[in-house]
Amino acid sequence: MTDAEIEALMLSLRIALVAVAGALPFAVIIAWLLARTRFPGRVLLDGLVHLPLVLPPVVMGYLLLVSLGTNAPVGSWLLETFGIRFVFSWTGAALASAIVSFPFQVRAIRLAMEAIDPGLDAAARTLGAGPLDRFLSITLPLAMPGIIAGAITAFAASLGEFGAIITFVSNIPGETRTLPLAIYTAIQSPGGEAAAARLAGLAIALALAGLILSEAAARRVRSLSGS
Amino acid sequence: MSLDIAIRHGLGDFEVDAAFNVDEPGITALFGPSGAGKSTIIAAMAGLVRPDSGHVRIDGETLFDSASGTHVAAERRQIGYVFQESRLFPHMDVRRNLTFGARRAGDRIAAIAFDPLVDLLGISHLLKRKPVNLSGGERQRVALGRAVLAAPRLLLLDEPLAALDQARRQEIMSMLEQLRDVAGIPMVYVSHALDEVTRLADHMVVLDHGTVAASDTVYAITSRIDLFPLTGRFEAGSVLPGQIVEHDVKHHLSAVAISGGRLWVPRIDRPQGAQVRIRVRARDVMLATVPPADISANNIVAGTISAIRRDDGAYLDVRIACGTDHLVARITHRSLARLGLAEGQPVHAVIKSVTVERDGGRGSGHTSAPDQKRVSR
Repeated sequence: MTDAEIEALMLSLRIALVAVAGALPFAVIIAWLLARTRFPGRVLLDGLVHLPLVLPPVVMGYLLLVSLGTNAPVGSWLLETFGIRFVFSWTGAALASAIVSFPFQVRAIRLAMEAIDPGLDAAARTLGAGPLDRFLSITLPLAMPGIIAGAITAFAASLGEFGAIITFVSNIPGETRTLPLAIYTAIQSPGGEAAAARLAGLAIALALAGLILSEAAARRVRSLSGS
Repeated sequence: MSLDIAIRHGLGDFEVDAAFNVDEPGITALFGPSGAGKSTIIAAMAGLVRPDSGHVRIDGETLFDSASGTHVAAERRQIGYVFQESRLFPHMDVRRNLTFGARRAGDRIAAIAFDPLVDLLGISHLLKRKPVNLSGGERQRVALGRAVLAAPRLLLLDEPLAALDQARRQEIMSMLEQLRDVAGIPMVYVSHALDEVTRLADHMVVLDHGTVAASDTVYAITSRIDLFPLTGRFEAGSVLPGQIVEHDVKHHLSAVAISGGRLWVPRIDRPQGAQVRIRVRARDVMLATVPPADISANNIVAGTISAIRRDDGAYLDVRIACGTDHLVARITHRSLARLGLAEGQPVHAVIKSVTVERDGGRGSGHTSAPDQKRVSR
């Protein structure tokens, strides 16, 4: 493998990791809101969370570009106030990946939380546990298999994200050229077939590893949680 | 302990509208058939259900009052709860389940410490297990221990034995009695099983279709024949307090004095003078207008008919005042007519079978497993 290919691999892993880790706390909170609470606007939130799932990724990238670009209101405010620039930066790629893979996390965590017997929460209340205490000592550990499964699925989806990234942060080697973008670039270049094949093989290996890891982790947590 | 409960709560087309007061320690039973509103009432006492209106006061402290808008959160009520289906936390081992409430009890100290409690409940060998690897009886014992260790001022038990077989039920009832005696925790015990209630409870609240049909001592409730449709026809019978006055070692019998006489029961392994509680089922009592001679039954008590409750079918119930207590006899309409029985008439109650329920002395300090014996002859 060439240095550029290794660079693309490492960049992909970094972007996916940051995307998943950054989105995870929000995914847990929103999953909990959707699974356990009733409030006005709940249906709207549910729809909003799932929007990236049904929207073409290119549209997602376009929306990010027009809202977070350096000339867009939010983007220029972020740049001026915090010095944060998303466009043409790997952090922008991570943000796009996080948004696109967000529904996978929320779905898995929400399903896990809905499967928890609400009676356990009532039992914890009679034993003196307040809301935050119950969330940390009952809900979170029991939802852990779902949280892990969601994180791994989202990680795999982030690794594969193409449309949103290329639209929002372009295809800059070493900065935003992730594995899928590198494969695309290789296919577009004359004589790049061998490189494309190597990169594709790498992507397949990563996806399989992710699946196996996800299963193993879920099984381990299930045995720990005794359910 | 004092309970002052008034709850009105609608559940679809069913409404609970129940009010009762209890001013004694010990075990209070909420008794009634399924769907009588028992669980709604204790859920409201625990704060898990917010009633439409009413109040919940325990030891004078208002935990809920719709008039003033008071509603203390369940987690701050210090009321223990044992659920029918145990509700142990599946991701924690038995030890962590047991200490869950204790770790959140602050300065409050449980009425019984961890080690003696675990021994009493017979779960010391299970501490490292996960709930999934426990039997139904073991799970309920852990759930009971978990609630007690949270140092509650009141323990609510919602049909804790309903899912268990007879042997397990006897075992846990005996543990509850020991807990009551050793730890002195007041309990509210929800059940539709009369044998559990007559054995465990001091006070009984009888519920019917969401309302309170009666609220009184177990002795008073069980001898009220007007409540028999609710307290169970087949098992119905009166519960009486008694005291062991004599042991007949040769014949393996003990004599129990009740206010209206004395009864011979199979040897009770308790000292002379000990308080016991006995139950005499209505269908085990025969009536005679003259003292029967040459009869195998040892137990014949004189009394006066105080009430007759006629019923459709072959049988009717007769309430007999014996001393300060009451016996109930279930006889046929034919017998009533044949003997010409009427209210106010003196009769002799021939008792075929007596169940010794438990030691009747609250706070007697007695901790050994109580007897439950029945004599038939």
